Amino acid sequence: MKEIALHLLDLAENSVSARATRVRIDVLEDFRTDRLAVSVEDNGVGMSEETVRQVTDPFFTSRTTRNVGLGIPLLKSCAEMCSGGLRVISNPGAGTRVEATFQHSHIDRMPLGDLTATFLTLTLAHPDVHWIFTYTYAPPFKSAPHVFEFDDQPIKAALDGFPLTHPDVIAYVRTTLEEGLAEARR
Amino acid sequence: MPTVKSLEDLKRIRDEALKKRDIRSIESRVQIVVAMGTPGIAAGARDTLKEILTIIEQRNLTEITVRQTGNMGLDSWEPVVQVITGSATTTYGRVTPFAAREIMEKHVIGGAVVTEYVIPG
Repeated sequence: MKEIALHLLDLAENSVSARATRVRIDVLEDFRTDRLAVSVEDNGVGMSEETVRQVTDPFFTSRTTRNVGLGIPLLKSCAEMCSGGLRVISNPGAGTRVEATFQHSHIDRMPLGDLTATFLTLTLAHPDVHWIFTYTYAPPFKSAPHVFEFDDQPIKAALDGFPLTHPDVIAYVRTTLEEGLAEARR
Repeated sequence: MPTVKSLEDLKRIRDEALKKRDIRSIESRVQIVVAMGTPGIAAGARDTLKEILTIIEQRNLTEITVRQTGNMGLDSWEPVVQVITGSATTTYGRVTPFAAREIMEKHVIGGAVVTEYVIPG
């Protein structure tokens, strides 16, 4: 996977598989400290301490169809290669939080990628999950960070069961994400 | 297509669409399922799904629902997309955004299965 946004999608899919009903994704581009930090936090079934230890091991997966799960181990090695790291915090019954950090200017850091595509596909194609996304852009020097927050709950409440993949709804969610992200980066 | 600017606009779109048809027919005519496990994502499933959403928006296709699901166990065929119409399920493999456009035009709109992308049973 060549984009951090694709890893976020992969982590979010893990959350859905863990029966999460609420998932929060935070992205921080901090030019004051030269860090890029991302996290995915869910209220899914969570993992035991032992499973958390095993989860960064490339030869561990709880899936039974195939015996290699490469998502988290790959992200971990990418983060470590870029003077950052990956941390998994989880409790059975309480959910899971996965955080990854990178040195923003590191030559080997993969691009952040298409956040709109990741957020759009998650929101529209997982209608039963409550999604919250934040993107924070902290410019160098002293100006205040710009924050974009997207919470799909008001949209889903307004639609009241109406299909999210109706063309006008797709257009609304897409432009909300595109404009919000562009505004925060300005 | 009018630009939707607020939640009020969304409610209006919903009410108008519901008024046009009987409530039950809001049940979609075609269901599209995209496999979004790690192998699917690595093979490009997100951009395939985004292309499907773009076509729905551009061609103003109502009565279609799109869902994503986990790994379907067809790793060598990723990205995998299923098109479900009534009781018929067609499973397509190696669905690039280009292939997705063809499947949308010919199958979802035209009603004809695109055999060259069907995963042989």
